[in-house]
Amino acid sequence: MLVLAACGSDSNNSSDSTSAPAASEAPSSAAPSSETPATSAEPATTEAAGEDLANLQATLDASGATFPQAFYEEQIAAFKDDAPGVTINYGGGGSGKGRQDLADQVTDWAGSDGVVKPEDVAKFKGGEFLYFPTVLAPITLSYNLPDVESLQLTPTTVAKIFERQITNWNDPAIAADNPDATLPDQAITVAVRADGSGTTENFTKFLDAAVGAGGDGTWTLKSGSTVEWPADVQAGQGNSGVAQIVSSTPGAIGYVDLSDAKAADLQTASVQNKAGKFVAPTLEATSAAAANIEVKPDLTFFTGWADGDESYPIAAQTWIIVYKNQTDKATGEAVKAWINYVLTAGQDAAADIDYAALPDSLREKAVAQLDQLVIPSS
Amino acid sequence: MAVVPTSLKAKGGHADRAFTILAAASAALVLVVLSLIAVTMTRRAWDALDLMGLDFFTSDRWAPPDQFFGAAAFIFGSLLSAAIAILIAVPVSVGIALFVTQVAPRWLRKPVVYITDLLAVVPSVVFGLWGVLVFSGTIKGFYGWLHDTFGGLPLVGHVFGPSSASGRAFTTAGVILAVMIIPIVTSLSREVIDTVPPADREAAWALGATRWEMIRGSVLPYSTGGLVGAVMLGLGRAMGETIAVALVIGSNAQITANILASGDSMPAVIANQWGEADDIQKSALIGLAVTLFLITLGVNLAANAIVQRTIRRNQGLS
Repeated sequence: MLVLAACGSDSNNSSDSTSAPAASEAPSSAAPSSETPATSAEPATTEAAGEDLANLQATLDASGATFPQAFYEEQIAAFKDDAPGVTINYGGGGSGKGRQDLADQVTDWAGSDGVVKPEDVAKFKGGEFLYFPTVLAPITLSYNLPDVESLQLTPTTVAKIFERQITNWNDPAIAADNPDATLPDQAITVAVRADGSGTTENFTKFLDAAVGAGGDGTWTLKSGSTVEWPADVQAGQGNSGVAQIVSSTPGAIGYVDLSDAKAADLQTASVQNKAGKFVAPTLEATSAAAANIEVKPDLTFFTGWADGDESYPIAAQTWIIVYKNQTDKATGEAVKAWINYVLTAGQDAAADIDYAALPDSLREKAVAQLDQLVIPSS
Repeated sequence: MAVVPTSLKAKGGHADRAFTILAAASAALVLVVLSLIAVTMTRRAWDALDLMGLDFFTSDRWAPPDQFFGAAAFIFGSLLSAAIAILIAVPVSVGIALFVTQVAPRWLRKPVVYITDLLAVVPSVVFGLWGVLVFSGTIKGFYGWLHDTFGGLPLVGHVFGPSSASGRAFTTAGVILAVMIIPIVTSLSREVIDTVPPADREAAWALGATRWEMIRGSVLPYSTGGLVGAVMLGLGRAMGETIAVALVIGSNAQITANILASGDSMPAVIANQWGEADDIQKSALIGLAVTLFLITLGVNLAANAIVQRTIRRNQGLS
């Protein structure tokens, strides 16, 4: 934030940036269990940046993941109030498209739910790039059993349900997970994504890590944006399409992001985490999970199957990807200001639209990484 | 006044030549564009085709995480859903065409034609959304009845297997496609039937034929070629339709005799998976596009051949 103030007014004067107020106020060690992460130091920073934001003039084109699209659109509108000279167009289109467009230098930044594969790094024509994590969200297991008010599932049971080995709700495995519930004798309908999706990728990554290659081998379908589902699953377009199948089919279960599950008024199951606790899909439990994961130096990570009693085990994370070496002063400064905005003021607004904010520890790393952006002085 | 014709003639000569060149160039352009598309697409699909070999066309397993891409299930789904669409659309379309041209009183013809043509204006995504939000939920019950009634019979039972739980199935896609191709098949059929010489029909009347005998004896033989052409055109359209099918077919890569199960089609899987596909998967999806291109080309060539043969036969008869 002060970083931004410095570069907006005078690019040589960067000494202020070392004492970013966020770092001093946020107790990073307490972040893991924090109920409302990322609330520190916002008023001061946005005010400090306000004047310089007003001077920015640029149009930023971007495309990519649809999972954070609602969040980015809200933030773009809010950012416009502070920086009326900056126009940001976020086209969506999927993480793969976002990475491709950035690699081809068609866009100024990309939204992506996944990281660039090692073999694709060389295809990025603008050279080295940086990952800035922005928001997280739990992926719910939404189900349609009006008479079962709460449902608990272990990863093994989830894997068997989605592999169609468990096909009835009264299966002993489900009963063992739910000693107190009365489970109906009803066939299970499994709803999945028809389109290639980061949600599928994160859901299958969780299964692969928990009970697949990383666990006891129950899950055999590996992970990816499209996997080889059994023949009798039902497929819908987008999170809302899966939610629609679940809400219209008694006995259905599907993986849906939290905001769509809420919008469709679906029941969601608690899932057993790595620590053996059943945790409901909440924003807090997702931020808690993110605080317990190992973050690589380039700020990439996987939020699913995290340690910690409070952690919800299935989550999606998303990044803004930008080139480290910006080629244009105005664009570079606008990119920096925009990412800074998302990492500060944007974090507060995330919960209102069902996205989980980054834990403070991670957010600080991301803000600090903004200094690595190289912006030409003219 | 004598000057005018000469100047006109001189101008006409230039204009004629320019027109000839322009027309020839337009015709050639279509061919050039088509072959360029085929060449570049095949080149971009080569990685996947090279990786998979013949398995690309014969395997029904599509597993991007394993980098295994078999197109057979999608080819099957495209053909089956289009076949169901034709099965439903053709009798209805020819029926409407015959009604309008032969049966309906004059005052009723225009409204019926108008309403059928109106179907063609509905964007395919609207049909798709209606299909997924309303129709698939409604027809699910009918599928259940079909399965209960016919599922136990030998052979036929396989065709009416257990219904897809969400109602998204080959048949759902087929029905939606049928509604979408009815306007074009109807209007082509109508035009074909309109070309039946009045003398042929009057001859049938004169021999004391009933209306049905007249249609069977005079109208249908004369227009068979044109009708087949209309049907083939509808088939081509049905196989290429993307978004409506993507929404209602259920997106399951499988080959099954059960028309009540969910499947997938070539254009649908391209639309669904393109956004998040990595390089090799994109290459495989382009391979699907090439395959679709070849199949529709084949269908159209076959349609043309059938039409030509029928016309020749009709001329031989008359």
